[in-house]
Amino acid sequence: MQTLRSKLRFAGIAIVAGILGLVACSPERPAKKVVRDDSQRKHAPDFALKDANGKLVHLADFQGKVVLLDFWATWCGPCQEEIPWFTEFQRKYKDRGFEVVGVSMDDDGWKAINPFVARKKINYRVVLGDDKTGDQYGGLEALPTTFVIDRSGRIASVHVGLADKKDFEDAIEKLLEAPAVPGGDSSVSANGPDADHRAGAHS
Amino acid sequence: MAPTLTIAPVPTVRTHKGAVATVTFKAVLPPGFHANSNTPTDAYLIPLTLKWTGGPLQADGITYPKAAQEKYSFSEKPLSVVTGEFEITTKFKVPADAPNGASAENGTLRYQACNDRMCFAPKTVPVSISLSVE
Repeated sequence: MQTLRSKLRFAGIAIVAGILGLVACSPERPAKKVVRDDSQRKHAPDFALKDANGKLVHLADFQGKVVLLDFWATWCGPCQEEIPWFTEFQRKYKDRGFEVVGVSMDDDGWKAINPFVARKKINYRVVLGDDKTGDQYGGLEALPTTFVIDRSGRIASVHVGLADKKDFEDAIEKLLEAPAVPGGDSSVSANGPDADHRAGAHS
Repeated sequence: MAPTLTIAPVPTVRTHKGAVATVTFKAVLPPGFHANSNTPTDAYLIPLTLKWTGGPLQADGITYPKAAQEKYSFSEKPLSVVTGEFEITTKFKVPADAPNGASAENGTLRYQACNDRMCFAPKTVPVSISLSVE
């Protein structure tokens, strides 16, 4: 009986010690990585796409700024969910060197885009995309596909599909705080920005 | 990866001049995907659309599948969609001057699919019915 009581006491102590040990040894949950490390960023391909007024817009026009480049379409429900966020970001961060550029992949062109832009009160530049630009940006398997580009014209994160608003905000804040890397620019990447991004992922 | 809508082959339709032929074909979307119904809830959404473009018959009404009202994470309101296996039925008139023998009625089915987080470019796939007019 004495032996059994001792065993139980020992087992109890061992369990409590184990639990305490687990708590003490648990590593802190790492913060979610919202942008790639500098060394992993590739240059965003430049493009020349027209806005609703027929004016050519180049990615290079936004050199030195943080750019949120959103490939979307009027027929894309998840895109519609994100657009009010981007309108808010444009208002909130514009004065700190930030621009949203929406690249519409609508086959029907401005006939479809213009009423949508008015209805959604989109306050940022919208251009009409084409297959060439889509291919340059990795083929755009699905929409929305959104690239967050740093002040040096490099892709800091890619989001395929409906993303988390906070991830965008955290990435923008982080990139706005960082200075442009000397020598970084918006030069065209020969091999596309990110051959390894996949639908449903963000990196 | 973009979903592929599969259309099951339709057995040869045997009919005769002056008759009405009703033809149904089955289409299947992979699990987890939906396409807008032929009457989507928003004017910007691309409807499921069947068009008969060539052949001896005259289409005289298309019956689309009954839409499901489904709620997705990206939409405040339920959307009118089709999922899984669904059927589309077309009523054809066979003209009195339709040529005898074997022929085909050809058309296209346009759809635009999404899952709960992303959408895929609209696609147009061919549909074809083999005919035998007597």
